[in-house]
Amino acid sequence: MLHHSWGTNEGLIISILGHRNADQRKVIRETYSQTYGEDLLKALEKELTSDFERLVHLWTLESAERDAFLANEATKKWTSSNQVLVEIASTRSSDQLFSAKKAYHALYKKSLEEDVAHHTTGDFRKLLLLLVSSYRYEGDEVNLTLAKAEAKILHEKISNKAYNDDDLIRILATRSKAQINATLNHYKDAFGQDINKDLKADPKDEFLALLRSTVKCLIRPEKYFAKIIRLAINKRGTDEGALTRVVATRAEIDLKIIADEYQRRNSVPLDQAIVKDTTGDYEKMLLAILGHDDA
Amino acid sequence: MAFNQELEAITQAFSGHGVDEKSLTTILGKWDPLERESYRKQTSNFFIEDHERQFQRWNDHCVRLLKHEFVRFKNAVVLWSMHPWERDARLAKEALKKGPSSYGVLIEIACTRSSEELLGARKAYHSLFDHSIEEDVASHIHSIDRKLLVALVSAYRYEGSKVKDDTAKSEAKTLSNAIKNDEKKPIIENDEVIRILATRSKPHLQAVYKHYKELSGKNLEEDLNDLRFKETVQCLCTPQVYFSKVLDEALRIDVDKNIKKSLTRVIVTRADIDMKEIKAEYNDLYGVSLPQKIEETAKGNYKDFLLTLIARGG
Repeated sequence: MLHHSWGTNEGLIISILGHRNADQRKVIRETYSQTYGEDLLKALEKELTSDFERLVHLWTLESAERDAFLANEATKKWTSSNQVLVEIASTRSSDQLFSAKKAYHALYKKSLEEDVAHHTTGDFRKLLLLLVSSYRYEGDEVNLTLAKAEAKILHEKISNKAYNDDDLIRILATRSKAQINATLNHYKDAFGQDINKDLKADPKDEFLALLRSTVKCLIRPEKYFAKIIRLAINKRGTDEGALTRVVATRAEIDLKIIADEYQRRNSVPLDQAIVKDTTGDYEKMLLAILGHDDA
Repeated sequence: MAFNQELEAITQAFSGHGVDEKSLTTILGKWDPLERESYRKQTSNFFIEDHERQFQRWNDHCVRLLKHEFVRFKNAVVLWSMHPWERDARLAKEALKKGPSSYGVLIEIACTRSSEELLGARKAYHSLFDHSIEEDVASHIHSIDRKLLVALVSAYRYEGSKVKDDTAKSEAKTLSNAIKNDEKKPIIENDEVIRILATRSKPHLQAVYKHYKELSGKNLEEDLNDLRFKETVQCLCTPQVYFSKVLDEALRIDVDKNIKKSLTRVIVTRADIDMKEIKAEYNDLYGVSLPQKIEETAKGNYKDFLLTLIARGG
């Protein structure tokens, strides 16, 4: 049915896919392929237009495949302002990240690490490679003595502007999120400022921006996501696809919390901001997915 | 058996890997006090003669060493019955604790296991030690090796057979140039070399190895001066040669106790994987069969256990 009269059926796509959860979408995709002999995604690709298509495409993918797809895109189109790799490596759970890497093997016949190593250079590569290779311990245990010691190391390196220092990067890339949280709390207590304020020494430095994003993604992902949505909606910066990406990737995780954070920071509910900024089927699909989370 | 023969048998029972429990029971167990005193007097490396007080006492150091030999069988049994993930996690932790002389074990685990096996080891490490393997490696190692070792234990290599030959060729060239420039820029700090070795799939690295040989006429690990890199390349590209060499070193008389432990480690960890190929390679390299060498060098239950493990799968 979808297959045969596309032009007038974006509404159908929205209502069928927009309100379904991941398991249901998987079944729909499988059934479609059995019935029509074609991958639903390929069929959609032929018929839909940019923002809407991309949103539907991302939404229909399974989460591991989705992350693999986004990561692959990010390595191929990598620029020093690209945050997608940091985002995926740092906001996903250890197992989610590994599932993404496994899907990456299957989809692209190589490892994510090879591609990241191959397409990035210098300090960026140092940070990104370690981030995507990590398999962080996920327990709540925190070693306060270690937190104090590592807060000191971080502060020392940052004060010396040694932002690419091996120890600085290893702490951020290998310690558990709970441990990093404790370390950064201690950092603030001991040195008076949030680490990200200290990492803003040069607002134009893209590596510092990436470090700040890493920190945010690790300990306050909802703030990170709310911010990049805001920047995308206000057409600032280069991450225009952020709205699509965040809605599609966080919908079944923490989109509601992100929306609350967005409203807190901008005094406007996210759905209103979306209505104001987007149109047509794209808008409708975004709202469907956003609302779907409430259902 | 004449007493001298029995003496020899007991001496043999205590030399090598493990102990000959049977001889100890049947021979030593039946000796009367005079025979035992004779034994003590004639075994000066185990017993110290106290001339003043007229008796012979055990050399404490030897007792400690013997403890290791008695317990070798138990350790093998425990290691063998462990889930391979726990096994690798514990081996890695131990290697980290022991220090630089054992870092080769980290390389061995990171490079000879499949991607899923290494992932499993990382999971087990979380469970056992409440840390990730990479955080411990990164925070405990401060030498130049750190970069390479962290990269290797964090790897999750693609396991398919697809290889881009052009890329393999160009990476062989990159390695060749890096090796030539070793004096100006030491290989151990070379990000490109580490990247290639730590992220590429094994089939890809085999292709790189082949192209390197065509380029420079030598095998890659021969040209690498750094021990860690040599081990890395061997484990990745020619694991059975690597394991054969480790076994050969472990099967010598009077080796360092850590090297001695590698006998158990290699046999237990490879018995179900590629022991057949390792046996063949060992035979090619050293002209003697592995079972035969073990028969000569190991003792008792430990020996029987190892031989049973090796005989699995033909």
